[in-house]
Amino acid sequence: MNENLTLLAIVLGILHSGIRLATPYLYASLGEMFAQRSGVLNLGVEGIMLMGSFFGFYTVFETQNMWLGLAVAGLVGALMGLLMALVSVTFKAEQGISGIGLSLFGLGVSSLLFKMTLGTVEGVDGFSELKFCLSSVGVNSGVCLSDLPVVGDIVFSHSLVTYLGYALVPVAAWILARTTWGLKIKAVGQNPEAADSLGVSVSAVRYATVTLGGIFAGIAGASLSISLLGIFQENMTNGIGFIAVALVYFGGWSPWGVLAGSLLFSTVSAIQLWGQVLNLPIPSDVSVMLPYLLTIIALALPIRRAAQPAALTKPFTRGEG
Amino acid sequence: MSISYRLGRLLDVLVPFIAVGAALAVGAIILSFQDVNPFTAYEAMFSGAFTNKNGLADTMVKMIPLLLVALGVAIAFRGGVINIGAEGQLIVGAVLTTYVGLQLGDRLPGPLVIVIGLAAGALMGGFWAAIPGYLKARLGVNEILSTIMMNQIAIQVAFYLLRGPMIDPAELAAGTNIPHSARLPQSTDLPRFTDMAKWVGLDKSAADLGLTGFAGEVYGLLVEPTRLHSGLIIAVVMAILVYIFLWRTTIGYRIRAVGLNQAASRYAGINVQRYIVLSMTLGGMFAGLAGAVEILGLHHRMFEPQAVSAGYGFSGIVVALFGSLHPLGIIPSALLFGGLLVGGDKMQRAVQVPQVLITVILGMVVLFVVSADLWVRRRVNRRVSVDEESPPKPPAEPSPEAAT
Amino acid sequence: MSEKNLLPSGLPRIESLEMRGIVKRFPGVLANDHVDFDVKAGEIHALLGENGAGKSTLMKILYGLYAPEEGEIYLNGEKININSPTDSINHGIGMIHQHFMLVDTLNVAQNVALGLKSTREPRLDLDIVSERITELSEAYGLHVDPQANVGRLAVGERQRVEIIKALYRGAALLVLDEPTAVLTPQEVDDVFVIFRQMARDGHGLIFISHKLDEITALTDRVTVLRDGKAIGTRPTSEVTKKDLANMMVGREVLLERNRPPAETGEVRLKLDNVSAFNDREQQILKNVSLEVRSGEIVGVAGVSGNGQRPLAEAIAGLQPTSEGSIFLEQRDVTGLATIEMLRAGLSYIPEERMHDGVIKDFSVAWNFILQDHVRAPYSRGIFLNFKYIDQHSQELIKSFNVKTPSRETPVKNLSGGNIQKLILARELDRRPRVLIAAQPTRGVDIGATEYIHNQLLLQRAEGLATLLISEDLDEVMALSDRIVVMFGGEIMGIVENKGISAEDLGLMMAGERLDNA
Repeated sequence: MNENLTLLAIVLGILHSGIRLATPYLYASLGEMFAQRSGVLNLGVEGIMLMGSFFGFYTVFETQNMWLGLAVAGLVGALMGLLMALVSVTFKAEQGISGIGLSLFGLGVSSLLFKMTLGTVEGVDGFSELKFCLSSVGVNSGVCLSDLPVVGDIVFSHSLVTYLGYALVPVAAWILARTTWGLKIKAVGQNPEAADSLGVSVSAVRYATVTLGGIFAGIAGASLSISLLGIFQENMTNGIGFIAVALVYFGGWSPWGVLAGSLLFSTVSAIQLWGQVLNLPIPSDVSVMLPYLLTIIALALPIRRAAQPAALTKPFTRGEG
Repeated sequence: MSISYRLGRLLDVLVPFIAVGAALAVGAIILSFQDVNPFTAYEAMFSGAFTNKNGLADTMVKMIPLLLVALGVAIAFRGGVINIGAEGQLIVGAVLTTYVGLQLGDRLPGPLVIVIGLAAGALMGGFWAAIPGYLKARLGVNEILSTIMMNQIAIQVAFYLLRGPMIDPAELAAGTNIPHSARLPQSTDLPRFTDMAKWVGLDKSAADLGLTGFAGEVYGLLVEPTRLHSGLIIAVVMAILVYIFLWRTTIGYRIRAVGLNQAASRYAGINVQRYIVLSMTLGGMFAGLAGAVEILGLHHRMFEPQAVSAGYGFSGIVVALFGSLHPLGIIPSALLFGGLLVGGDKMQRAVQVPQVLITVILGMVVLFVVSADLWVRRRVNRRVSVDEESPPKPPAEPSPEAAT
Repeated sequence: MSEKNLLPSGLPRIESLEMRGIVKRFPGVLANDHVDFDVKAGEIHALLGENGAGKSTLMKILYGLYAPEEGEIYLNGEKININSPTDSINHGIGMIHQHFMLVDTLNVAQNVALGLKSTREPRLDLDIVSERITELSEAYGLHVDPQANVGRLAVGERQRVEIIKALYRGAALLVLDEPTAVLTPQEVDDVFVIFRQMARDGHGLIFISHKLDEITALTDRVTVLRDGKAIGTRPTSEVTKKDLANMMVGREVLLERNRPPAETGEVRLKLDNVSAFNDREQQILKNVSLEVRSGEIVGVAGVSGNGQRPLAEAIAGLQPTSEGSIFLEQRDVTGLATIEMLRAGLSYIPEERMHDGVIKDFSVAWNFILQDHVRAPYSRGIFLNFKYIDQHSQELIKSFNVKTPSRETPVKNLSGGNIQKLILARELDRRPRVLIAAQPTRGVDIGATEYIHNQLLLQRAEGLATLLISEDLDEVMALSDRIVVMFGGEIMGIVENKGISAEDLGLMMAGERLDNA
């Protein structure tokens, strides 16, 4: 009987962690999805996340204002995204390599600034958990949705950053399916020549999506340092940005697919973390390896190929097509 | 040949230098924001790396893995595959070489073990790259993403082995459990330049001979005890072999053809899939060889994987780009970037600027070099006929172009 | 404004559009040399010229894709400035491109709505768009379904979607760029009916073409361009095809090639009941059987996209087949890899020369050895024999008259005609037993075309078996001894090229089998 309860607690814990840990993947991957849908592969997401991570953390550290931290992270992300757009769209550089360059740059700058300003690992109080309570007294007391058995713990005890991230998924889906922006994005990614012939500025659309992707990646990084972990470390993303890019492929370039992929990966990570805590007989090295192995397998699955935007990674020049 | 064509070729050569210049300029701006005099910092960097015996030794020691990795990256890029997995390929190569050295070092003559060890490292690196290569050729999997994942997997595999089967027995005995292997038998060490100097009878120091100044430093580098080892000779020889391979053999021709135009290569009867895998594998072999050389020439044991690979997998890409993906350009490029990496450390000691500034500079060099490609292409791409109607395009297949 | 001046789409007519003194320069080329051109409401005005004459450039200027160095455009007598496609569209000019500008993952309504302001910005108003599409479709007899996914539409239907796109945006003047290039004769007749009706309704149409038959059948006036200059404008009823051809080329045109009678020998290439499927599981070749003998040219006629490319690729080992056999000189070569086919004596000139035939960043010399670099004397073992390669390249350049600054020049710097000659030189130099030539003179200037045709006939006289695939019916009829017509991946008929007419071939190209005809 006791063991069953413990098992339940473990499963709940894993699910809760899974939903929580998906936050950075989700933001970064949704942003990248927009960029890729318009035809640009941005491998600089890793570097942008690190920049967002640092700047967000630094801002919160100095001002104690978490929303300001997120805003600054988003702004820095936008600037990095703009840089990537300049290099990929205007200079028409090879997108894979320029993304790696941007990631190196982001890694270097975030580490450099961290060393020169904060020096050692410090902590911040992150976003507190929202408990969805009905009460006139305060937000976190009274009758709370988070008190619901099982469901309450898993779903209703996350920070605002996390909730916002999940809320973005249906918004992204709506943008793509039901707005003129979404139509332009899809057209530019599939047949930029056709879009151009109808007066749609391929450059403008791509600049917009890549910059937006940068904002999201910046916020993703900040969610990691401010909300999830409450600290900053050099290279703290350690590949999450690249996994986020791979998740777009995995999710078939759709917001819901990206959501599914993010949850899958974060749950695997959660299992790995809990496994360590519980001293399960899985060697830690093997379980740390799991997300990366899973990514490769996911990439190798042929199911999503048809949804790939035809113009992905191809720069557009009027007259060459 | 027309003037604009010649100008284009000239620009081709100049671009990397302009890129580094621009990157250093931006670095200088960042430094001045932090109240550091960029000139002092850069001076410390340059003199630390290039003007004295030990600095030069460190530079050239770093040049060796950079050169080897960059050669592999260049072959892969020219074959149309982007190999970002050199970090992991280097690590697994180093691991296998260590294993070979530990197993055979006491049983077989040193030189033989060295040869086997180098070959083992190269083959292991090649194997590690062949997997993503195969996935790309057969399943169209984006090789940038798969090689990045393989890097992480390699690190974990190495950790697992170093904590388990390959751990130094001394660690177990002492109970400290630091994940590193035992030291390889001395017979497996690659000879250092100072050893080779003794073979030819040069054993006097620069001071003994009255050599001063830069000449003295260089003499000291080659003759006096420094870390510089014969891996350098291996690397330079490899560079020359790669040049001959890519431009003078049929296999090299095919690699380059596939890298430039898969469709036309297919129509000419070249087995494109095979060459994609081959290009990746060769890229991995050079990275694996770099790992082997690092172990046998420098570290003589395997330890924390990312300390062994030391980011060479990424800086090697920068070296290759800077060297215009050509072996003869990559040699000086590796020297330059080896100096940059060493200089960063010296600079940190001298003016307390964190070494990681070098990472920033590397990132910027990449961005500048790939951005400049457009200007170079515009010059060189002069089509004579303009109003030609182009034939209808075939359905887009996921095919790489240029150095995709 | 009186009812008479409104078009069926409800918008006003363009009474006249004039382009005066248009000059456009590109590096090394004067594409338009003081060209005058005008169109009136209710007329169909043809713009005729060879490839490279300047027709595309002129129209791209009209559509806002290029800016002219000199010259003006007048709409209804008033000067206008066109700086982008949007300007052009706003003035009521619509362009139906030769290569359709459609996004095949979206449906018709989405394609039409792309780039337009929605009534519910930023939300789409596809229901309103669909209604209007249906209105226009009925007013003009176009039969377009707004919900249809463009990727699934046939070529003729896609063209009608392009027309709706232009009308939706208020086009009063339509520029039709080689509209019949991808249509069967029957589809051509259908769309001509639509064009004539549109002209009667008050639209002005510019009809760009190099097909004399169509111009004489459809248009009211014709302007001929040659080498960037406007040679003349005439009412179509007052010129003959010969006049037009002469104006187009600038000299007496030999509309016939001198073809000595064939001396055929043994069967060199044989296809027996070959079928194939593409990776979307559609059947692209259906029970194809044919033979090519030494000393003859067998021409494959048909509108592009009816199985010609799969046919060539199946023979070359680039397209897997599902049934049937292929024989090269008695040897069963079914399913062999391309390299084997090349070794067995096949040479293949692909239709996309820049994409499939050469490596544009390689030099001329490097491109000559694309297939044969592994053979002696081009190489010894794995080492390339540069001395021989250089020497042999020089010979080929000379004997095939490939105009290039040197053998080291990257191929991308050569003109289309010279690249094609390079490829021809390379393929013929291999002394093949069978040659497949796909669209060998597409986009190639007159001089090079003549040269290539003569070479093909020369090789035929020396015993080469040639399969000539071409969408240019004139070329097929000029060179072939026998003609195979393909439609929908099947062979509709194989006929001797004696006394057969273009009409008969046209019927087969449209799907009428020979037995039924």
